[in-house]
Amino acid sequence: MEQIVNNSFKTQEYFVNMGPQHPAAHGVLRLLLTIDGEIIKNVEPDLGYIHRSIEKMCERDSYQQIVHLTDRMDYLSSHINNEAVCLVVENALELEVSERVKVIRTIISELTRLASHQLWWGVMGMDVGALTTYFYAFRDRELINDIFEETCGARLTMNYNIPGGLMFDIHPNFVKRTKEFIAHFKKKLPEYDRLLTGNIIFQKRTKGVGVLTKEDAISFGVSGPVGRGSGFANDVRKYHPYSAYDRVEFNEALFTEGDSFARYRVRIMEMWESMSIIEQLIDDIPEGDYLTPTKAVIKLPKGEYYQKVETARGELGVYINSTGTKNPYRLKFRSPGFSNLSVLNHISKGGKIADLVATMASFDFVIPDIDR
Amino acid sequence: MSYFSDIYNGIKTLLTGMTVTGNYFIHARKGTLTQQYPDNRETLKMFDRFRGEVIMPHDEQNEHRCTGCQKCEIACPNGSIEIIWDRGIDPDTGKKKKKIDKHIYHLGMCTMCGLCIEACPTDAIVWAQNYENSVYDRKYLTRVLNQPGSIVKAGIED
Amino acid sequence: MNITLSITKTINDWLFSIMPEGVASITVMVIIALAYLALFAVAGLYLVLLERKVAAWFQLRLGPNRVGPFGLFQTMADALKLVSKELTSTDRIDKFLYNLAPYFVIVASLIALSVFPFSKQFQAFDINIGVFFLIAISSIGVIGILLAGWSSNNKYALIGAMRSGVQTISYELSVGLSILTMVLLTGSLQLSEIIEVQRTGGWLILQGHVPAVIAFMIFMIAGTAETNRAPFDLVEAESELGAGFHTEYSGMKFAYFFLAEFINMFIIASIAVVLFFGGWLSPFGITEGITWFPEVIWFMIKVLMIIILMMWFRWTFPRLRVDQLLTLEWKYLLPLNLANIVLMAVMIWLNWTI
Repeated sequence: MEQIVNNSFKTQEYFVNMGPQHPAAHGVLRLLLTIDGEIIKNVEPDLGYIHRSIEKMCERDSYQQIVHLTDRMDYLSSHINNEAVCLVVENALELEVSERVKVIRTIISELTRLASHQLWWGVMGMDVGALTTYFYAFRDRELINDIFEETCGARLTMNYNIPGGLMFDIHPNFVKRTKEFIAHFKKKLPEYDRLLTGNIIFQKRTKGVGVLTKEDAISFGVSGPVGRGSGFANDVRKYHPYSAYDRVEFNEALFTEGDSFARYRVRIMEMWESMSIIEQLIDDIPEGDYLTPTKAVIKLPKGEYYQKVETARGELGVYINSTGTKNPYRLKFRSPGFSNLSVLNHISKGGKIADLVATMASFDFVIPDIDR
Repeated sequence: MSYFSDIYNGIKTLLTGMTVTGNYFIHARKGTLTQQYPDNRETLKMFDRFRGEVIMPHDEQNEHRCTGCQKCEIACPNGSIEIIWDRGIDPDTGKKKKKIDKHIYHLGMCTMCGLCIEACPTDAIVWAQNYENSVYDRKYLTRVLNQPGSIVKAGIED
Repeated sequence: MNITLSITKTINDWLFSIMPEGVASITVMVIIALAYLALFAVAGLYLVLLERKVAAWFQLRLGPNRVGPFGLFQTMADALKLVSKELTSTDRIDKFLYNLAPYFVIVASLIALSVFPFSKQFQAFDINIGVFFLIAISSIGVIGILLAGWSSNNKYALIGAMRSGVQTISYELSVGLSILTMVLLTGSLQLSEIIEVQRTGGWLILQGHVPAVIAFMIFMIAGTAETNRAPFDLVEAESELGAGFHTEYSGMKFAYFFLAEFINMFIIASIAVVLFFGGWLSPFGITEGITWFPEVIWFMIKVLMIIILMMWFRWTFPRLRVDQLLTLEWKYLLPLNLANIVLMAVMIWLNWTI
């Protein structure tokens, strides 16, 4: 009897395409969903819509010219990407940059991280339905864009770090503007909490949704806030410090639940920590050169070099294999989004489509980072 | 009874959220950040270091500072600069010297990275500050940066 | 009908004098229907503009302000655009139902508008079961949504229509029960009687204090859910799949759905104003004696306040998921509503109302 009932009510799975152009996907990502009613059975991402062969172009360019291509990979943390390539080249040449450069690079990286997390917060609110958060986030982000525009000249693709230091010195207004921004944002971040974090509808949408256990996080290789939301302590700034991170004190944001709400809280806490790092460094930037001169044609000695940095999405690794010529023989980027995306299928099974949207928002994908 | 405390907590958080947006609604007059763009072109000024497009400034005697050394062409990552040069007789020393014929700049391909401006030894090219670069025909995006003029002499070669 | 203005009285008498009795009364009804239609089509359009401006003020920007002063002609432009669009339709739709569905929705909304008392003399249809009629008519709108989703031959539209249908039927229950709570106080279903009770005794939300406030809150939540507005607009949310049940519609038919949503919002706000906040009465009876003009203005002001409250909900809160929506209704709102009715009945029996 039971079998007859089950057979007659058997539902059929069908394919739905959350296509490349979609109001909720953060870029051109195509997801093939197999759903049964409302429950998701399988998620298959289809990448490559914005592949621009950056790694191949880097094999043709000299080392100073590689840096401007990394701006366009993960465009929300462009300074940090530039810094990664500059650190590889400087470590390979065994070049010591001045203290001033290190401190300025750290401050600018933290400002970039803040800007990226602000945009993430706005988009996360928009994805779950609160449409005003987008505007509040962009209002605050414009201040950081103004700081960058005054110093570097550009708002998104900065190209300010070059191997050996910075392209030109910081603007005299930089310190003043950064301090004003910190004072302004310290009052606004509790407002973000009141609007979205404490909201019971938002908590019900994100608690218990898309749970990623710590063992799965380690075995899939996730990094960044996604891993830290599951209890996997993987902050590159703490365990493999670079630039000026060894002389500042900050806490690592670590939560153990592994659901979307934990990832959300990790990023909010990271915003507070970034502000505290900037405050520790902004007052005494040491004097010195802003550029250690290198030869006009940089040739790395033969060998393999690797450097990892912590972007706003996770661990970005730059691997260069050089045969002594002026172009790298092979350059590879280990992008954080690629490993984070691989976990999406595993944690969305059994959830609903609305849960998938909330999970993807909490992962904070930037698709050009995945596709390069 | 967690049922009632759930309801009470829920309503309290919802009202807190509403006060945040309500505040912005009440102060909507002075809080708006909208810039009425096409009307405010006169007062809209970019920062000094803004990267608009690459230009070659000419002074009053229609002279520029480009020696045709091709360093910017080598530094550009994707070939947005093409230098057409020829050799001419330098009137002072009588030796053959490079001089620039045309400095072609493809605005359509430029990624605004700034490497050419850093590479130039004589500060011949600088950033302009215009932000409205769209044209109706693609051929207007290929610009020749030097006007018919000559080179400023003193101190350029050092 | 009880319209006693002098203009309408002269038209009324003139028509009765030149035509036989039955034809004249039908002509009068047709004229009144056309007047309401025109008035509320325009009102719907201006509600759209109000929504855009209010949304902009919440989001730190200006709304439409270029087309006409303060953007007043913006919806005219939008309406012209919608009217001039091609009425596309896909391949294997069910033609009859596809064309019929928008009419269900818009007709239900417009019928429900006829019973509202905008002023003492301005009420098209004052029957003695006014409130009951309203609840019954709003149930007809669901049919339009389900037909639209089914006949579009599009699985996203079908999912959206099913969800929307479930949502609307569930929340109608809460709307009906919270209206019932207030009817207990007035003792009559006729809308003009309800306002009479409020003129002498004060607004109903003050008369029945604790249960009336609870009933108002439940009514607002259920009312926004009934009209498929945020935070309950999973049906038509863009970040979900497609645009819900009206994906396949374009041009004038889409305009019907769109307009019907705003008129539904107006209806819910009007019910709230009539039942809780005294209809067209002025607070403390300031402009008591003057005939129809201030009363209509008071009614409009109160309705606008409630509409801005509903828009405030929309632009602040995230969306609820479908199962959370249904949990909210059946596990929280319905038991609270029933307990509230008992509480109100007890209070009336013990004479504790103000």
